[in-house]
Amino acid sequence: MTPAQRRWAFLAGAAGMVAFYLWGMAGLPGFGNYPGPYGNIINAIAVAQTHATGVVSAVNFEYRGFDTLGEEFILFVAATGVSTVLRHLRGERERSALDEAKDRDVPPTSDAVRLVALIFTGPTVVIGWYLASHAQTSPSGGFQGGVVLATGFILIYLSGEFLVFERISPVNITDAVEAVGAGGFACIGVSAVALGLPYLSNFLPLGRTPGAVDSSGTIALISFFVGIEVAAAFVLIVSELLEQTLLIRQVSP
Amino acid sequence: MNPAGITAVVTPYTVPAALMDTLQVTVLVLVAAGATAVVLTRAPVRQVIVLSGYGLLLAILFMVFQAPDVTLSELTVGAVALPILLLLALAKVRRREE
Repeated sequence: MTPAQRRWAFLAGAAGMVAFYLWGMAGLPGFGNYPGPYGNIINAIAVAQTHATGVVSAVNFEYRGFDTLGEEFILFVAATGVSTVLRHLRGERERSALDEAKDRDVPPTSDAVRLVALIFTGPTVVIGWYLASHAQTSPSGGFQGGVVLATGFILIYLSGEFLVFERISPVNITDAVEAVGAGGFACIGVSAVALGLPYLSNFLPLGRTPGAVDSSGTIALISFFVGIEVAAAFVLIVSELLEQTLLIRQVSP
Repeated sequence: MNPAGITAVVTPYTVPAALMDTLQVTVLVLVAAGATAVVLTRAPVRQVIVLSGYGLLLAILFMVFQAPDVTLSELTVGAVALPILLLLALAKVRRREE
């Protein structure tokens, strides 16, 4: 195929795609015009039915809780995969990957970075905790809260050293916490079955006031477990990758 | 067009519709410019930083379109988590090249 022929093939394909795209766009409902019934139904009944004023969380952890369980296990499997691929092999030993070029000056972490990271660590953990535990009242949830919590750990790495990061998040403990988070979600579902209800039914008391922290039954509890799982999974992935970057593994002679 | 008969609630904080339209168009244009900037940045480390800024722009976009939950997700994943993972991968690749 000559370049000229290739160009024609591309132009024909691109023209076809643009035509299909425009045709599809023309059939869409107008901007901001929502034709489906489900959104309006959920908006009308969710707060009264679940006592959660964070309606998005009510959808995530109640109306489509089973989907969310699947999504959570995607992250769980991803973290498991990373730690399996990057695991220690028998007979491997580690040394730190120091910069060995003689004529180069590697600047140490600046005090400014350390200070900013240190100042932000506390507030980040508090915000993460708040987000993970207030899914039922406001726009937040276990997923966002978990990632913010994990960011707190990464800030500790930035303000200190890799060894500090490793000491506060040992892989076996992080692994266990992750499993508790993922398993907790599934167990809440099974508990409902044990009580004779469908899987993942909201079997806890909903609380009297919609929007109170102790309202919404299992929604808040599931969000909390998701937060733990996501935070642990993320810390695990980052620490495995950091180890790959900062340490060199060799097969012992 | 209001199938469930829900009327729009007006509060002292409600943004006038015309202002809201302007805001939405502005943010959409910014997001388009940001995406172009990400593609046009060639140096990988610099590209990650631009990508992080683009994540922030997307988060603002979701906020303006009244999706605070997605805003939080985009903020944590797009502006923080993804750049960290990319920077770590780049650091690893660099070390091997030398």
